[in-house]
Amino acid sequence: MTAAPEQIDVLDEAREQVLERGVGLSEAQVLKVLELPDDRIPELLALAHEVRERWCGPEVEVEGIVSLKTGGCPEDCHFCSQSGQFPSPVRSAWLDIPGLVRAARQTRETGATEFCIVAAVRGPDKRLLSQVRDGIKAIREDGNDIQIACSLGMLTQEQVDELVAMGVHRYNHNLETARSHFPNVVTTHSWEERWDTLKMIRDAGMEVCCGGIIGMGESLAQRAEFAVQLAELEPDEVPLNFLIPNPGTPYENYPVVEGTEALRTVGAFRLALPRTILRFAGGRELTFGDLGAKQGMLGGINAIIVGNYLTNLGRPAQQDLDMLEELSMPIKALSQTL
Amino acid sequence: MTPVMTYCSFCGKDTADGDHAFCRQRLSVIDPPRYCSQCARRMVVQVTPDGWAARCSRHGEITSGR
Repeated sequence: MTAAPEQIDVLDEAREQVLERGVGLSEAQVLKVLELPDDRIPELLALAHEVRERWCGPEVEVEGIVSLKTGGCPEDCHFCSQSGQFPSPVRSAWLDIPGLVRAARQTRETGATEFCIVAAVRGPDKRLLSQVRDGIKAIREDGNDIQIACSLGMLTQEQVDELVAMGVHRYNHNLETARSHFPNVVTTHSWEERWDTLKMIRDAGMEVCCGGIIGMGESLAQRAEFAVQLAELEPDEVPLNFLIPNPGTPYENYPVVEGTEALRTVGAFRLALPRTILRFAGGRELTFGDLGAKQGMLGGINAIIVGNYLTNLGRPAQQDLDMLEELSMPIKALSQTL
Repeated sequence: MTPVMTYCSFCGKDTADGDHAFCRQRLSVIDPPRYCSQCARRMVVQVTPDGWAARCSRHGEITSGR
């Protein structure tokens, strides 16, 4: 009789594979991590933190975001209160250039190095691109040297080239969820269309920011699938959001992701993406509260959005800056690369 | 004179009608007001990194007081 093969513990594997060699976990391994019992979460987070420090360093990248064009989006992303297809209370609004300049200034004053200009659109039209161009020019004329990112939906090659010429250094375009789950979340465009935009961004030399939202009805296997699909993209940054069930959206009655589940996800994504900027983004206030945010920062996260989000509010920026100081985590300075 | 708060700023329903504990919790943590508390009209809301401004076409603008 042959002895059963000895089961190797996934965190032992991760220690050798991810921490020592910098090789992200496979889909099957990420799934094992996502299935770890609650009592192993501290061990997971400690390892994820070590991985983050080894492969990314101790610094935390701080970012602010603002909505340039809110609401009235023709797409049907089921999580989004800005879709014009659902009876959400969010009304259309445009931020004017002085408002954009003020928002960038507020963000820079927190010590942030990144400012992301976001619009709720399928893709930018001439008017929006013109507003972005004028906005960036005005931010620079204000003496603000913050790095500017954009998130304006799907792009053509010509639009990618225009953004590069404007000096946009990073572009956010989230895949949102696993490829296998995407058709349940969005029906007005495909995961592949988003992938095509991301490829153009990469090829044009802009940094790629691509993440998604946890808690949209995906299975743990799909969560693992998503982590590995992101790793295949090799993004510079992955923003990790947790679903905010917003009124009027198809997901308004979905439960908020539990803190322990969210922490397991943070750790698992870090072990799948050892070298990537992993950013705490929307939903952490509901999912984690104050204590969980600290645990996340000590569990693989190395970037945060401070202040408010696009249509939802965040913690006051100072509260997060105080947290980083308490954790002795230095804020990344401008012009450094993680 | 302080305006009369008749409608819930989160759900837009009459504050005297039903339980608005969930609405209050959302407003205290992650949501700016979406409905005018005086007339329940949906407001145009602009969120910025350090605050928000909400404008009712009838009753004007309120802000987070940044």
